[in-house]
Amino acid sequence: MPAIEILGLEKTYLVGFWRKRPKCALSPLHLTVEDGEIFGFLGPNGAGKTTTLKLLMGLVFPTSGSARLLGRDWTDPEVKAQIGFLPEQPYFYDHLTAHELLNYYAQLSGVAAKERSRRVESTLQRVGLPDVKGVQLRKFSKGMLQRVGIAQAILHDPKLVFFDEPMSGLDPMGRREVRDLMEQLKHEGKTVFFSTHILSDAEALCDRVAIINKGELRGIGAVADLTSSVQSKVEVTWRGSQVPASIKALAAECHVTGDTVRAIVDETQQDAAIDALRRERLHLIAITPVRTSLEAYFVEKLRRAETMAGTTV
Amino acid sequence: MKARVVHIASNTFREAVRDRVLYNLIAFALLLSGAAILVGQISIEIEKLVVINLGLTAVSLFGIVIAIFIGIGLVSKEIEKRTLYTVLSRPVRRWEFIVGKFFGLAGTLVVNTFFMAIGVFAALFYVSHKFVRADALILVALYFIILEFLIICSLALLFSSFSSPLLSAVFAFSLFVIGSFAEDLRGFAGMAHGFTRWLVTGAAYLVPNFSAFNVVSSIAHEHPVAGQLIWHNTLYAFFYAAMALSAAVLIFEHRNLK
Amino acid sequence: MKQRRKVSIVAGASVVIFLAASAVMLRRTDDLRPQASLEEVLFLSSPKVLKRASLGYDGLLADIYWTRAVQYFGGRHHAGAQSYDLLYPLLDITTHLDPQLVAAYQFGASFLAPPPPDGAGQPERAIQLMEYGVQNNPNDWKLYYDLGFVYYMNLKDYRKAADAFDRGSKVPDAHPFVRLLAAQMAEHAGDFDTARMMWSATYQNSQDRLIRQNAIEHLRALRVDEDVTHLQEAVTRFGERTGRLPANMSELASAERLPGIPVDPDGHPYKLTPEGRVEVRVPDDFPFATKGLPPGYKPPAKFHSQQ
Repeated sequence: MPAIEILGLEKTYLVGFWRKRPKCALSPLHLTVEDGEIFGFLGPNGAGKTTTLKLLMGLVFPTSGSARLLGRDWTDPEVKAQIGFLPEQPYFYDHLTAHELLNYYAQLSGVAAKERSRRVESTLQRVGLPDVKGVQLRKFSKGMLQRVGIAQAILHDPKLVFFDEPMSGLDPMGRREVRDLMEQLKHEGKTVFFSTHILSDAEALCDRVAIINKGELRGIGAVADLTSSVQSKVEVTWRGSQVPASIKALAAECHVTGDTVRAIVDETQQDAAIDALRRERLHLIAITPVRTSLEAYFVEKLRRAETMAGTTV
Repeated sequence: MKARVVHIASNTFREAVRDRVLYNLIAFALLLSGAAILVGQISIEIEKLVVINLGLTAVSLFGIVIAIFIGIGLVSKEIEKRTLYTVLSRPVRRWEFIVGKFFGLAGTLVVNTFFMAIGVFAALFYVSHKFVRADALILVALYFIILEFLIICSLALLFSSFSSPLLSAVFAFSLFVIGSFAEDLRGFAGMAHGFTRWLVTGAAYLVPNFSAFNVVSSIAHEHPVAGQLIWHNTLYAFFYAAMALSAAVLIFEHRNLK
Repeated sequence: MKQRRKVSIVAGASVVIFLAASAVMLRRTDDLRPQASLEEVLFLSSPKVLKRASLGYDGLLADIYWTRAVQYFGGRHHAGAQSYDLLYPLLDITTHLDPQLVAAYQFGASFLAPPPPDGAGQPERAIQLMEYGVQNNPNDWKLYYDLGFVYYMNLKDYRKAADAFDRGSKVPDAHPFVRLLAAQMAEHAGDFDTARMMWSATYQNSQDRLIRQNAIEHLRALRVDEDVTHLQEAVTRFGERTGRLPANMSELASAERLPGIPVDPDGHPYKLTPEGRVEVRVPDDFPFATKGLPPGYKPPAKFHSQQ
């Protein structure tokens, strides 16, 4: 049974003061997330990621469409006991302590009274906040608040977790910890759905990703498959500061740094580049395969969509 | 279901009680009770009268301010600041949220009133050096004041369910002022004709009517309060607050949380 | 979705039910509240203090007190009250807050001066109010008229009435009849015609429903008084001529060569009693009539009526 089935969820807002014009935040979206996978929901800012999450959480009502979460209708309140949600840049009650806040959330999620304090303690440990007893939340740094946010999302041991920009506000150490946490969650058999605009995180973690832009789904699939579909490139490095005209024609990018030049060309053009260097008697230093990133796929998908839509980037 | 409402209420209470604004306002009210003693010294005959009048009026006015500020803060602010997202992503119904907030607020106000009232009684003891039977009437006045608070709270919640914190505060305060003149509104309705009359009469019943709740000046003169009036006022406050809360639930149920 | 609809229906129904319930409670509470005591309605009874306390919202506050004055009088009058202690203070406050609220002065003239139960029985207060009114509105001839009216109708001081009408007639745009009245006062103050002119003028010069109603009642009563007086004189003449009383009204009518049996303003014929008294058929319909009333007649819930 898929963990998430989005069946044509659509959201159109009416904007404008006098004559309201419709603005489409999310075109009808069809998406399935399998049980136990880490799914990345990618897109630039304003693409519709947060709208999708808010629709699934029942914070916003769809113009049309529906969804199923863990096999049940997404509006079923009971299914929420199995779900955790971390909103973007969370903010909490200023005057409570982390313990009080998490205890409150545990109560609302239906965690049994005897279990509560144990769970709260262990979750706080898990997110890296062991020593915050008695400190009011208004004294927490942004990073600490983010951790509290994650804590409230996993506290009640949900089967499905939604994170909206989980890495925001964290330093590199913190991001590493969150990535580890998400891996752990997957090992525990949970499904993780997270949205982000930081592609490297998605690349490292996700089993599958979807790319969304301007409310429309642009691509979806396993990370490995997506990256391999893009042509791989190599980086050719040589001594000097000259760039032969033939290479310039081939190269996507050229960087001159001091006494070396680096050019990136398609893998298929590798031989042509080497020949050009030999002709010009330039000293080849190295040829390195460039790991194609999700970013390339991402950019390409977006650009193609733009040109298809007839707009220039 | 009920457990969640209780949890929301107690959390609301805890959050409200720790807000420093609350303490400043209570301190002010107590200060006024103290000032009443000084004012009363102007004329020996009316010392007690001034303490009761000024003291209870202070409790009433500051209480309204607290009711509005905390009431607004507790819902509008939550929506603006997104603390609500994490609550509603749990198996909490939207209506449970509204009802829980209301009870938390109400509890906060009762506790506030208790502390402010202590100030009034202390000032009273200071000028009279003893308590008489008639002073029990002050408790009735305080009870009516609390009923007013409950009505204002429910209105603050109602406005918070759909408008911004600032507007909600303005609306709630305006309705408090209008509610104090509600009897005059009914009088206007009596003098109007045709469609205007119909409209004004409707408005007169729609706004809260605080005229029957204000017994401060009469108990200051030690006039007794009819037992039936206590019962009637309680029922009115209950019905009116229930109406406002139902409307809040209705609106909130359909609100898209941006 | 189904959940939402259920909640919406329950909530929507609750709003309506509770609103209705609260409205019902409000009306039930009305019966409980004691009649406005002085402390309750006039927490601040000094107009000057109130004006300062009103923070500049004089006009609105004046309107509020004006409404209260009208409600106060109307409510008590309906219940047959014999005193209206708060009427003057309320009108005093109203006019101090808004000295140009002409309606308030006119109301005072009509209902402060007459004796209870039709008024507060405080003609001197009425005069006080009117003088304040003309002082603040020197170009409103109607106020002089009302002032004169009080002198004429309630204090029977025809000289002061003439004086007031005279002052009024000097105001530009004054209605010509004011000068006429000033003249009438001298010679014919007690005439029916003068009184009729006064009440008609009062009716025409006011927009207030209560004042107009009051004026109409007085005009009707005047008609009855006049008719009865003339008819009674006719009976006397008949007696002097024939040495006996007329057998009935038709005999009197034909003797006087009247077109038909004389009827009162409601269309009911006047009665002629065996003792020769002319009486009106339904005295209750003419609360201000002084003639044509059966002997020992007590007006309902009132003990005094005026001309």
